[in-house]
Amino acid sequence: MSALLTVTDLCVTFRDEGGEVPAVEGVSFALNPGETLAIVGESSSGKSVTALALMRLLGQSPGVNVSGRAMLGDVDLMTLPERKMAEIRGRDLAMIFQEPMTSLNPVHRVGNQIAEGLLVHERITRRAAMKHATALLAQVGIPEPAVRARAFPHQLSGGMRQRVMIAMALACRPRVLIADEPTTALDVTVQAQILDLIRTLQRDTGMSVLFITHNLGVVAEIADHVLVMYSGQVVEAAPTSELLRRPLMPYSRGLMGSVPLLEHVRHRGQARLIAIPGAIPDPRVRPPHCTFAPRCTHMRPDPCKRARPNLEPATAEHAVRCARWREIAV
Amino acid sequence: MSATTLTAAPRRRISPALRRLVRHRLAMFGLLILVLLVLACAIGPSLVPYGPLAVDLRHRFQPPFAGPHLLGSDPLGRDQFIRLLLAGRISLLVGFFAMALSTVTGVFVGLAAGFYGGWFGAALMRLVDAALCFPAVFLLLTLAAMVSPGVLTITLIVALTSWMEVARVVEGLVRSLRERDYVVAAKAIGVSDAHLMLRELLPNVMAPIVVAATLNVARAILLESYVSYLGYGIQPPTPSWGNMLNNAQQYLDTAPWLAILPGAAITLAVTGFNFLGDGLRDALDPRMELRP
Repeated sequence: MSALLTVTDLCVTFRDEGGEVPAVEGVSFALNPGETLAIVGESSSGKSVTALALMRLLGQSPGVNVSGRAMLGDVDLMTLPERKMAEIRGRDLAMIFQEPMTSLNPVHRVGNQIAEGLLVHERITRRAAMKHATALLAQVGIPEPAVRARAFPHQLSGGMRQRVMIAMALACRPRVLIADEPTTALDVTVQAQILDLIRTLQRDTGMSVLFITHNLGVVAEIADHVLVMYSGQVVEAAPTSELLRRPLMPYSRGLMGSVPLLEHVRHRGQARLIAIPGAIPDPRVRPPHCTFAPRCTHMRPDPCKRARPNLEPATAEHAVRCARWREIAV
Repeated sequence: MSATTLTAAPRRRISPALRRLVRHRLAMFGLLILVLLVLACAIGPSLVPYGPLAVDLRHRFQPPFAGPHLLGSDPLGRDQFIRLLLAGRISLLVGFFAMALSTVTGVFVGLAAGFYGGWFGAALMRLVDAALCFPAVFLLLTLAAMVSPGVLTITLIVALTSWMEVARVVEGLVRSLRERDYVVAAKAIGVSDAHLMLRELLPNVMAPIVVAATLNVARAILLESYVSYLGYGIQPPTPSWGNMLNNAQQYLDTAPWLAILPGAAITLAVTGFNFLGDGLRDALDPRMELRP
């Protein structure tokens, strides 16, 4: 199966007073048609910047430098002229944002906001676009869609707004949907509904999903493949079941240890979370060796503090960036 | 939530502001003055039995309420009332169109500068700063001295000296709104820059624009009066409040009503717009919602 979206060596740097700040360093992945790829990592690991770079929504502010290739079919998103890129945004490549509370324009009725994408990309009358918007609202599970289409964003709850955002993103049946933490701002029951919705829509439309999250529970629910990111780099890449069963990189294990599980409460009588000590290094002063070494329980000065490890294949499908993965594997 | 509350709901966004405006006594007073002024200037002239240029030499310098001319007459015996009303038409029209022109110009400059930023935005805003450096009245007089004065040219000139503040307000707001999630989200569905500016950003900066525009009318009326008073504006025999004041100044001790009446008209109109502008500013300020 040939990949729909192939990203090769994507790098993003921001320039500030102190010089170049690398946010994303050489991210590569391939997303197959109909598949879901999750990018996991804690805050400031470069997940959202990767998404925004793919949408080419970073470019406006000066000092941003994006390099690498991102082939969607046979066009390179990174070198496309802005006008062509605008045609692709929303039509082939759509995005759901993290904050449903702020991602809708407060002065427009939600129906109009959904119809907008259709009006931009398709030869369609406003009336037909509105009808389609109402149908989309029904499709994302909003009751009384015709009434809600006339509501303003502030009249809807967070879950409803996120559904509206999804309807907006799906309006033109994109081939790739980028979902940047679409459930983070929502409470757990609504989260489950939204995940379910994305899965159902994916089954119905056959689109590919690039799912960005810091929640491994969500990953287990939805993803076929996982990319673990740490401080701007991919540190582990594997099929979901493989990664969950046999995480090789200490950071991935740490992430899994910090997922709260009800079973822990049941077996031990109290919930104990295993936190990863320390914090992600400041991108301005990333260590020249393994960036996770300062927080890693398996760290040995040799080889961990000698050089930056490469992303090497552990099996055909499983890649890991750790100098000691063979020794520490369980 | 039932369907009925939702169908009624979309109105609620506008009504709190409107309610605050209606409760604002000064604003309503200003609005009342303006409505009366506009009605009087629009309908009044057809009810007065004299023409604005009809000379009546038997009733020169007639004081108000003391003869056939309701509000008195001028040195040529022309009826003061109809001249006031027609002058009002001119002044209000100049005020309104100068406001419209300056607001539209200011909005476009501000939108473009705030949205694109960079050297383009900086260049536009330095142009605004430069335009703000000229004292408006002197700029007005210089320009008026160079072109032949008339209603159209005065409107253009007044507009030319009052678009900068709107531009600055809009630029500042757009620059802060441009990075908002909903703007990025709109961009992510593939809309054009023009769409982003006019449909996503502009509606969100309407409130301060409306306030600035209202205050701009007052300012434009005042500026037109200055220039006409100094003789460079609307030329006699066409009456304007400013040039009526100009005619009146040599008879200030013998026929003070000639100056008092147009002066009062200017004061009324300017105060009316200022009151309304202040009221709009208070009503459209969302923070007012938090106060009791």
